[in-house]
Amino acid sequence: MTNPSGIGQSVRRREDFRFITGNGQYTDDINRSGQTYAVFVRSPHAHATIKSLDIADARKAPGVRAVLTGKDLAADKIGGLICGWMIHSKDGSPMKAGGHPALAVDKVRYVGDHVAVVIADTLNQAKDAAELVNVDYDALKATVDVASTQKPGQPQIHPEAPNNTVYQWHLGDKAATDAAFAKAAHVTKIELVNNRLIPNAMEPRAAIGEYDRGSGSYTTHTTSQNPHVARLVMSAFIGIAPENKLRVIAPDVGGGFGSKIFIYAEEVVCTWAAKKVGRPVKWTADRTEAFLSDAHGRDHITTAEAAIDATGKVQAIRVKTIANLGAYLSTFSSSVPTYLYAPLLSGQYDIPAIYCEVDGVYTNTAPVDAYRGAGRPEATFVVERLMEVSARQLKKDPAEFRMHNFIKTFPHQTPVIMAYDIGDYPASMKKALEMADYANFSKRRDASAKQGKLRGIGFSAYIEACGIAPSKAVGSLGAGVGLWESAEVRVNPVGTVEVLTGSHSHGQGHETTFAQLVSHKLGIPIEQVSIVHGDTDKVQMGMGTYGSRSGAVGMSAIFVALDKVIKKATTVAAACMEVPVDQVDFEDGSFSARGTNKKMAFGEVALQAYVAHKFDSSVIEPGLKEGAFYDPKNFTFPSGVHIAEVEIEPDTGLTKVVRWTAVDDFGTLMNPMIVEGQVHGGIAQGIGQAMLEGAVYNDAGQLVTASFMDYCMPRADDLPSFDVGMTTTVCPSNPLGIKGCGEAGAIAAPPALINAITDALGHENIAMPATPQAVWRAAQAMPRKQAAE
Amino acid sequence: MYAFDYRRPSTLNEADLALKAMPGAKLLAGGQTLIPTLKQRLNRLPGLIDLGAITGLDGISRKDGTLVVGAMATHYAVANSAEVKTAIPQLANLAENIGDPQVRNRGTIGGSLANNDPAADYPAAALALGASFKTNKRSLTAEQFFKGLFETALEENEILTEIHFPVAKRFGYAKFANPASRYALVGVAVAETAGGVRVTVTGAGADGVFRVPAMESALAKSFAANSVSGIAVDTKMLGSDMHAAADYRAHLIGVLAARAVTLAG
Repeated sequence: MTNPSGIGQSVRRREDFRFITGNGQYTDDINRSGQTYAVFVRSPHAHATIKSLDIADARKAPGVRAVLTGKDLAADKIGGLICGWMIHSKDGSPMKAGGHPALAVDKVRYVGDHVAVVIADTLNQAKDAAELVNVDYDALKATVDVASTQKPGQPQIHPEAPNNTVYQWHLGDKAATDAAFAKAAHVTKIELVNNRLIPNAMEPRAAIGEYDRGSGSYTTHTTSQNPHVARLVMSAFIGIAPENKLRVIAPDVGGGFGSKIFIYAEEVVCTWAAKKVGRPVKWTADRTEAFLSDAHGRDHITTAEAAIDATGKVQAIRVKTIANLGAYLSTFSSSVPTYLYAPLLSGQYDIPAIYCEVDGVYTNTAPVDAYRGAGRPEATFVVERLMEVSARQLKKDPAEFRMHNFIKTFPHQTPVIMAYDIGDYPASMKKALEMADYANFSKRRDASAKQGKLRGIGFSAYIEACGIAPSKAVGSLGAGVGLWESAEVRVNPVGTVEVLTGSHSHGQGHETTFAQLVSHKLGIPIEQVSIVHGDTDKVQMGMGTYGSRSGAVGMSAIFVALDKVIKKATTVAAACMEVPVDQVDFEDGSFSARGTNKKMAFGEVALQAYVAHKFDSSVIEPGLKEGAFYDPKNFTFPSGVHIAEVEIEPDTGLTKVVRWTAVDDFGTLMNPMIVEGQVHGGIAQGIGQAMLEGAVYNDAGQLVTASFMDYCMPRADDLPSFDVGMTTTVCPSNPLGIKGCGEAGAIAAPPALINAITDALGHENIAMPATPQAVWRAAQAMPRKQAAE
Repeated sequence: MYAFDYRRPSTLNEADLALKAMPGAKLLAGGQTLIPTLKQRLNRLPGLIDLGAITGLDGISRKDGTLVVGAMATHYAVANSAEVKTAIPQLANLAENIGDPQVRNRGTIGGSLANNDPAADYPAAALALGASFKTNKRSLTAEQFFKGLFETALEENEILTEIHFPVAKRFGYAKFANPASRYALVGVAVAETAGGVRVTVTGAGADGVFRVPAMESALAKSFAANSVSGIAVDTKMLGSDMHAAADYRAHLIGVLAARAVTLAG
């Protein structure tokens, strides 16, 4: 019997009805009795000392409850924001991190930095009073450019970090790599910019802090991807309240893409201030604040080289990257351009030697942290641009060149930490070539040329590491936390089920996919299953959702807890049916005693477990509720091949993505429709990075792209219809065989698109975002005829 | 948003009195630019006079050789008007490509022209067609009306009521959208009316909408797309920003002028 809501079924998303009918409960939808409103006074300067901060007029303004500054935080011994991943430089020294106060003390370091908070009875009163806070700044020269911020003579942002250098890290075998380059028949060298992105989740960040005088406990509603980690950080590191006196609730959250992993100043200040003003304190970012103060993504400059032997095999890769970390270290920022980046530089290829150096640097810009893909898109961009350019320089077909270099046996240990468990890279390449009709591309190119247009095709054979990660392993690499996940399965007396998960859904569809797993395992209708998440008072400690980990890790925890439930229920059923446990089978939602006609439905067993009338409660505990903490055995390694096809109008630079083929191997698919949706969204973001989006600061450190008038988000009409296909190798590293799909599109897409655009142009000289102006210039700079010579 | 007084008069006369009573107040037509600036506290006004309740300001009709469009006609109304589609089809097309459906259903032609955003579409059409602007006080030519970036000849207490477009022999408008804002990075209108051929450019001018006399005389001799090719616009009169430097804009003007000529037929 096929369960219509079991594993592998495209069940419609159960959460969407409330979202699309306006019945979601987002943080800003929540209003508490007696609530006040917080407005943050933000720095208009990229770099300045605060000579004086006069709050007297603001304090006297109508409706104002409090005006609080960094001094008030310090007086209450509230600590600064933290970076939870320690990176050591190649000389062994720990990273050089400056302080990160939630409200600035003496100095501001980027436009949008938090200077003070005004709390008033209405939002307009708070805004009015915020304009009365008189800050006397002594503006300093700003350092904004990632390429020059380490140079002598640049302004110093933090005294702890000379030359604005947080760390100089490396990974891999330098000697082996240099030796391979010395012997190489061909060396490909490219310079790359991985452009800075602004996340722009549909729902801006928000927080409501509350303090209950009676119990002495705090509650924070906030837009978080990981409420338990937020509670841990606010308790253990920032010191607002012990964990048992702090409840963090992340209700419906409208998109995160990484930007809502982090613990920001605003939720800290609202929570702390709630006690000071004796009222709930609410803050909701407006879109400008989101642009200025959400942690941004990417922002690397890189020199990358490939050493290739006479047979066309890549023997080594050498990479030097400078990664912009912004003005302060955000929660996980240090790990993104290091351990989430360099270990992916082997791509899908059997490369004997890899060496990567990364300098993490401060600039007077918003903090930079994980953004959809987090390090892996940057690595894939390096590898897949190198492979494409190498194939062109060697005059080899880019697909064949990749196939020649693919890893073909598993498990495979790369020279950069990762041990790939399984994959079939030629399979996805072959399927993608067919779906993209690669054989007839030259005909399509000729047809475009007849209309005066340049057509190009580009590949991206990406790998990613998801399901982060075995706790012991990440601990050894500097992580401050373990990266297991928890689940609790509570079976109610009538057989309905609540699953409490440490994962958090902010668009992924967990209320559907997680319930499918329960329906599949317990053989009960999906309607009988509820998924509970996002509340530290309900759900035991969990680690949240990011890095495509909620399928591979979060659902594995549920899987293990469900197995425990089935085991317990089997003992109850055996006792009730008066047969030995080993003679009871569980299938399609019912327990049956082998060789008899005795049978009990799952719901009946649940009831018996709770009434406890038919078994010896000194042997079998009453009740039916089990939990699990699942620690992954390995990363998972989703992979695939994306093929982009573009048509460029050389007269204007207008570039149309005319065809997109994605063939991905995500292992087991829980819900193919939701997986395909994740692929679509990821590709849209990747296309956004490659040709539309780019955060621009001017030399003074002002964010030029601080609104949608200048920051170009992808729209539906920028995108083609995607052709999505799958190949499957079942992941051996977790019980469900799942690899993860949330970031693949955003990782695969940028190099595929830039490879297609450079193919069309006939030269490599274009950076992301490939805007019409940039493409027009590139088309002018080297006409095709010249390029072909 | 700062607090402000709000009036919703039901006649032009009442609107005029309200304007006089509240110095510095602004007229609210579609509000697609004004309301966002108020919400972001970029603008502080003593009052807002909403023209939405005044009947008869949004009509579209044709009188002999003139297409009369009421100032409160929405972009949606212009785009879907049978009169516009018959009289000046490319003007309907221009309106169809402004903003998004929300903007087109709220934004008005009068609001757009009175705002005179240097990247708006309508100014190019109005100047190319030699439209006249009727207010509650007088009539202005397009040359008189547009006065540089976000400035018009409208006086403090003057209300734009109708735009009179001569029905052109030919009219075409080609736009290259800013990828982010979808305003015109460059928009070129080409019109042939009884007054001759005009070529106008929006989106690119450092000082707002402008004419290109060299292209006009070339088209007057031969109304064909290749007539404008090779005619350069001085980059010194063009704007430059992160989306398009002046040289790119200059190049696009040539490309789009040719396209507008083709569209004009």
